[in-house]
Amino acid sequence: MMRKHRLLLILALLVGALSLLAAGCGSDDDESDEGAAGTTEAATTEAEESVSGSIRIAGLWTGGEGDSFKAVLDGYRAKYPDVTVTYQPAGEDLPTILATGVEGGNPPDLASLSSPGIIKDFATRGALQPIDFATEGIKENYSQSFVDLTTFEGKTYGVVFKGANKSTVWYNTKAFEDAGVEPPTTWDEFLEAGETLKASGVTPYSIGAADGWTLTDLFENVYLRTAGPEKYDQLATHEIPWTDPSVKEALGEMAKVFASDSIAGGTSSALQTDFPTSVTQVFTDPPKAAIVMEGDFVGTFINTETKTKVGEGADVFTFPSINDSPPVVVGAGDSIVMFKDTPAARAMIEYLATPEAAELWAKRGGFSSPNKNLDESVYPDETTKKLASELAQAETFRFDLSDLQPKVLNDALFTELANFVKSPADIDGVTGKLEAAAKKAYK
Amino acid sequence: MPPPPSRRRGYAISLAFLAPAVFFLGVWVIYPAIRTLVRSFFSDRGGEFVWFDNYTALFTDEAVQTAIKNNVIWVLVVPAGVTALGLLFAVLTERVPWAAAFKVAVFVPLAVSLFAVGVIWRIMYQQDPDRGAINAGIVAVQGIFSEQGALTTARPSTDALTGSPQGGLRLERAVGPGAVALLGLTAIKADELPDEPEQAVTPQAIPDGITGVVWRDFKPGGGTPGEVETDEVGLGGVTVKLRSAETGKTMGSTTTGKDGSFTFEGVESGSYHVAIGKETFAEPFQGFNWLGDTLITPSLLIAFLWVQAGFAMVITAAGLAAIPRDLQEAARTDGGTEWQVFRRITVPLLAPVLTVVFVTQIIGVLKVFDIVISIVPSSGRDSATVIAVEMYQSSFSGQNRFGFGSAISIFMFLLFVPFLIANIRRFRREN
Repeated sequence: MMRKHRLLLILALLVGALSLLAAGCGSDDDESDEGAAGTTEAATTEAEESVSGSIRIAGLWTGGEGDSFKAVLDGYRAKYPDVTVTYQPAGEDLPTILATGVEGGNPPDLASLSSPGIIKDFATRGALQPIDFATEGIKENYSQSFVDLTTFEGKTYGVVFKGANKSTVWYNTKAFEDAGVEPPTTWDEFLEAGETLKASGVTPYSIGAADGWTLTDLFENVYLRTAGPEKYDQLATHEIPWTDPSVKEALGEMAKVFASDSIAGGTSSALQTDFPTSVTQVFTDPPKAAIVMEGDFVGTFINTETKTKVGEGADVFTFPSINDSPPVVVGAGDSIVMFKDTPAARAMIEYLATPEAAELWAKRGGFSSPNKNLDESVYPDETTKKLASELAQAETFRFDLSDLQPKVLNDALFTELANFVKSPADIDGVTGKLEAAAKKAYK
Repeated sequence: MPPPPSRRRGYAISLAFLAPAVFFLGVWVIYPAIRTLVRSFFSDRGGEFVWFDNYTALFTDEAVQTAIKNNVIWVLVVPAGVTALGLLFAVLTERVPWAAAFKVAVFVPLAVSLFAVGVIWRIMYQQDPDRGAINAGIVAVQGIFSEQGALTTARPSTDALTGSPQGGLRLERAVGPGAVALLGLTAIKADELPDEPEQAVTPQAIPDGITGVVWRDFKPGGGTPGEVETDEVGLGGVTVKLRSAETGKTMGSTTTGKDGSFTFEGVESGSYHVAIGKETFAEPFQGFNWLGDTLITPSLLIAFLWVQAGFAMVITAAGLAAIPRDLQEAARTDGGTEWQVFRRITVPLLAPVLTVVFVTQIIGVLKVFDIVISIVPSSGRDSATVIAVEMYQSSFSGQNRFGFGSAISIFMFLLFVPFLIANIRRFRREN
């Protein structure tokens, strides 16, 4: 008798708690709907004091980068004093935070996303708000290739705020001097320099293959040069299969780097080397390798994490041309997207598309802006300026292919390229598995 | 008829006590569990009811198959291993001096967050002996037991030298008295070059002897392989051997001077091979590949056992303290050996405690996650993955396959059910 009563009581309480919870979720949805409904008139007014409210931005940038982005946000606060802005530096947890936020109906107002593939995914699910109100400003400040990145079915969903030039190769200048090699401009020179470095007693390449993206970046740089931009686009959208001869050719070129005695620590050790270590081990004394192939952000990393400085002991050259390929840039970028359409969020999007916003971070360093109207003299040093200008002015720019794909395929690409490092002879095996993964992802 | 007032107050009090727990359980356990179950029948995007599609996908997905296989290994090894280790330590600590210190040492890992443990082990497992403590230890031990030469990466500069550094390098062309042998090496690390480098010198030929030079056949830019050039350094202290080309017998042995030159005097006519002895070279130790495909799961198991042994030891020691000693005494008086006492008296009396440890560990490893995520580099996730990692990977890493991820969660839950029931039954019996 007693027992039955107690059970009923617990059940009743449970139902009560759950309905409370459901009500909580419901009211939340209502709020955001209201916000969306009330925007259309408010956003048209230009008077800056009229924009008020609060916005929450979740971003990738933490630590020093987080501080730089906060400086950019301070510029916004100065312009719109009535808006409360909170920045949530989520770092690598960002996909988790956004995925659960969207699934639970309470995403942040704005977020930075590095992958157009994920932006597309969120957009087609209806989680993102189009930012067509800002396209005029964006078109004025960005080259078309950047606008296209975040435009799906005629609607623009994001503005690329921070860019990255990934067609760069960093090297230890002393190792190059000791071996008597010059920064190469062609792939053949590059491989020959590798042999000479090896003969001088320094392992040529440092590869951070524990982080899959370092391998995809290398593949993209080679592929864009051997196959050309058209094929690159076709591969990115899976119009050509991964078993295409062009993919095999690029992997064949890539394999030339992967001889075990050419990689710091040998193949299996490289697979346990993460990106930070792959950089630091090039700039220690004695160096474990002479060359690390990664993007412009390596520069900041060298300056902050090693005793070497860019310009003193470390330098950079552009990823060499393969078979006379014209200059091309593989890059990446973090876009700002909007989950909730409010006047304050709209103002933020418009603000971040301006050269003024970009300048606030650019002058702090560690930043390449794709904004072509940004005055290049604001960059703190020559190297940053050169790499940023290569990015913003690039004639042929292609976005990091792995980020254009569905995450599932991206993960498969990480794994399969790691397998490729393990056995560089098995090109057919790798392409076959990639094609199988792609078929599944594009189903 | 309403219950008497005292009874009603009794309800009110139980309600007040229960409410917080029920609220928290409801919000953070029961509601999410029901939602997950429902979600697992919908498509990844959420819109479409797909019946059991997610569950059938579960059994065709290659990664999930590997994960299940790995979880089976975990279940087979960890509970048995942890229970055995715990029992061993518990029994030992009863007999060793400094038992408290030993107990603390074994127990401390449990006080460290599993993720931190993972990070520590990941660093210790690094293959490069400069980074990974375990391989560094192995190198140090190897260094004591084997004589190693000075050059680790050197190789011949031209095809004139054949053989391998491990067996010694030999000039392929046989020579006779009056010859000058050029033994060029390349790919020598900067820190293995002589401290006071001297220009390599090609010695004069002598009529009744063989002379030659061992040198670093490299200068900035590469130089011409096979030629002694300016700025190329002699390698001193290298053992050079003279062998008869007919019999292969070693006829003489000498060491190079600072400029790399050497001389064999009084060589009788005939043909000879000049060789660099293998004692000059050292095989660079590449380290055990702890985080590679073959060793990764054992490496994870070791790290996990290291953590859980302390838990098992403490529980077992508590059980040991509680069992009546007179039975053991009686067995000993009756002439039982220590092993017999242990096997026939101690272990059966401890059985309920050991079962608790065993079952807790089964549940623990079925849901093992953090140690795998923190130790395994992404290049090895393919071979080391477990069910919980796959669940996380598909739902939260950006893949956003929530339907599939929910199905994995439910599948995991179903794996727990038998052990949960067993545990509840046991609690009931004990009460």
